[in-house]
Amino acid sequence: MTVMTQPFLSVESLDKTFVLHGQDGLRLEVMRDLSLTLSPGECLVLAGRSGIGKSTLLKMLHGSYRVSGGRLRLHFDDGELALESLPAHAWHPLRRDVIGYVSQFLRVVPRVPAVEVVMEPLLARGADASEARAKAETLLERLNLPERLWSLPPGTFSGGEQQRVNIARGFIGEHPLLLLDEPTASLDAANRDVVVAMIQEAKARGTAMLGIFHDDDVRERVADRLLPLDRHMSARTRAAESDPQETP
Amino acid sequence: MKCPQLDRPTLLEARDLTRLYGPGKGCEGIDFALRSGEVLGIVGESGSGKSTLLRTLCGMEAPDAGRVVYHAHEGELDLYAIGEARRRALLRMEWGLVHQNPRDGLRLGVSAGANIGERLMALGERHYGQLRAAGQDWMGRVELDPGRIDDAPQHFSGGMQQRLQIARTLVTRPRLVFMDEPTGGLDVSVQARLLDMLRTLVRELGLSVVLVTHDLAVARLLADRLMVMRRGRVVEAGLTDQILDDPQHAYTQLLVSSVLTP
Amino acid sequence: MNGYNFAYLDEQTKRMIRRGLLKAVAIPGYQVPFGGREMPMPYGWGTGGMQLTASILGEEDVLKVIDQGADDTTNAVSIRAFFERVAGVETTTATADANVIQTRHRIPETPLAAGQILVFQVPIPEPLRFIEPSEEETRMMHALEEYGVMHVKLYEDIARHGHIATTYAYPVKVDGRYVTDPSPIPKFDNPKLHMSEALMLFGAGREKRLYAIPPHTRVESLDFEDHPFEIQEWDAPCALCGARDSFLDEVITDDRGGRMFVCSDTDYCQNRQEEVA
Repeated sequence: MTVMTQPFLSVESLDKTFVLHGQDGLRLEVMRDLSLTLSPGECLVLAGRSGIGKSTLLKMLHGSYRVSGGRLRLHFDDGELALESLPAHAWHPLRRDVIGYVSQFLRVVPRVPAVEVVMEPLLARGADASEARAKAETLLERLNLPERLWSLPPGTFSGGEQQRVNIARGFIGEHPLLLLDEPTASLDAANRDVVVAMIQEAKARGTAMLGIFHDDDVRERVADRLLPLDRHMSARTRAAESDPQETP
Repeated sequence: MKCPQLDRPTLLEARDLTRLYGPGKGCEGIDFALRSGEVLGIVGESGSGKSTLLRTLCGMEAPDAGRVVYHAHEGELDLYAIGEARRRALLRMEWGLVHQNPRDGLRLGVSAGANIGERLMALGERHYGQLRAAGQDWMGRVELDPGRIDDAPQHFSGGMQQRLQIARTLVTRPRLVFMDEPTGGLDVSVQARLLDMLRTLVRELGLSVVLVTHDLAVARLLADRLMVMRRGRVVEAGLTDQILDDPQHAYTQLLVSSVLTP
Repeated sequence: MNGYNFAYLDEQTKRMIRRGLLKAVAIPGYQVPFGGREMPMPYGWGTGGMQLTASILGEEDVLKVIDQGADDTTNAVSIRAFFERVAGVETTTATADANVIQTRHRIPETPLAAGQILVFQVPIPEPLRFIEPSEEETRMMHALEEYGVMHVKLYEDIARHGHIATTYAYPVKVDGRYVTDPSPIPKFDNPKLHMSEALMLFGAGREKRLYAIPPHTRVESLDFEDHPFEIQEWDAPCALCGARDSFLDEVITDDRGGRMFVCSDTDYCQNRQEEVA
């Protein structure tokens, strides 16, 4: 079903080790020799039990975690970009224009109204404020966030409400690569359906997505392929159809 | 798609910069480049040398060794080789400095409007009506009541004073702004409001900022990149969330793990 | 006159002050420090002006001394008597007859001519002092022409009073370079500083500073485009001489609120009254 095109993202032999200096230099090898490719319009879902390093992979792709070994490449029409050696100052424009991220938790300035939290990725690109606001409101409405909450800071919202603000903020920028860290974890069925539809639309736009989904149902509906991260922390990709029973 | 432009022009550089008052007191061997439009946070505990570094960067204190290089429109300027007149003109026209204590950056006895207008007047603005309009506009931008334009800031709260200081600094649209613990000494609720305002202004004006703070939460919300200082040296530098979420150096790990979270 | 050198000061001191004056004339509006001497009068009585006068006075000079425009106040009379005694020079009250005029807080109404020297008594020579107490810093501000703060003061005036309320010691910019305190003359007199025929010397005794505005020097009063510099105006002419072009003082005539406005320049007023008579 997936049209095989040139991959947009390729990961080769990725390693991640944490060294905890506070615990006598304890070394935690959380990932070893992970490889994958991801094409435009494809949604690759990371599978494996909790704590196996799914979020760690997303964070390395987003620059929040350093890469201990291996190669991360983005393939642009005009050449490839090595993420593992990207200087810190380059990450900011890369995140603004290329790599979007929906984290599990919303982390924003305490006082900012929800609608402005959602608008921010567009404003960062210099978009017109009224157009950004209109787009943000459309997304919040679609995600069934009550209108009375739009002008309030999300700090006091319920987990599900915060998550929907977070999803809107993550999708509004239509980044070519989107990292999804359990975006549907605290949503009810109706809102899960909305997020699934948004993911399908993003695929149709050609967005490459790498995601973690706690929910089997969502995972089956959005995944083109599954990438199991086994207990030995090394993983190979396989087609989703061939192993639908893969459990988290 | 094509790779977007990731390399922004360098605005300010420290090259092997050293300013020591005694062994381990001050800053030593500092190298970095601040890119245009970037917020660089300098974090560390008291006595780590971050304030000394800031003073050396912004022209207030000559280094013992090394250079501060500013990339002006007309070319590279070695901050301590260009002479006091040019240096002070730079601070007045292209740079801004936000002090931790607004009292150090404001004239408490003169009106809010005159405080905001001073830098414009120093640049030669001689129209009272336009100065006043700029004052009112900026009071609105920093969420101060423009109706209080003729009130002296000595009667303002600490948070209001800090917002006025920011307006006074940014009114001339500086390319580069130095901020020394801009939210220090403020109540928590006031801090949040100020942080949001600073983020918005940085984005809208395309400011490049060097921010000194001991508060990692402030650093996370404002800074794109961080430098962690200890005993006068930079122990670790990188993307803000990488430093805070995956610190490499033993000291950074200790610092991050010592933060209280409510 | 026994026991004193001509004009009280010794010749070494005079030379030192003259060197300072040459420098001051060469850099219009720039404050030159000088080693001020003790004069037989307290500070605030014009000791700065007196030292300058003593240094430039020659035996042929004719001296006039005014205080707030008047020749007959205690201060003016005392200083005039002093130089009569220690220099033996001729003195006058007629502006036109004097070569050297020492003044406190006024410029005569009669236009000054080439060859005349006006010596001002100055209490606070530093126009930036009101905002900056450090001498080191004010010197730096002058050196770098950091004068924005002068307009802050004028801005505050307008914000508080609707107009520039500074009425005396109104700051000026001399020769497009140094912001200078013209001493506490009324701003009415500021235009007389501009392109004056006479040499203007300023001496501050307590602060030990002197400065100068040479003849034919541009002197601009600081202002805003939409609040231009203006001089005082009066509704009625001088009650004694009818002048409409001179600076008027309010004089209380009785204890029932009676008052009148008369010329502050007594010589000018006198001359006009004589002309009319």
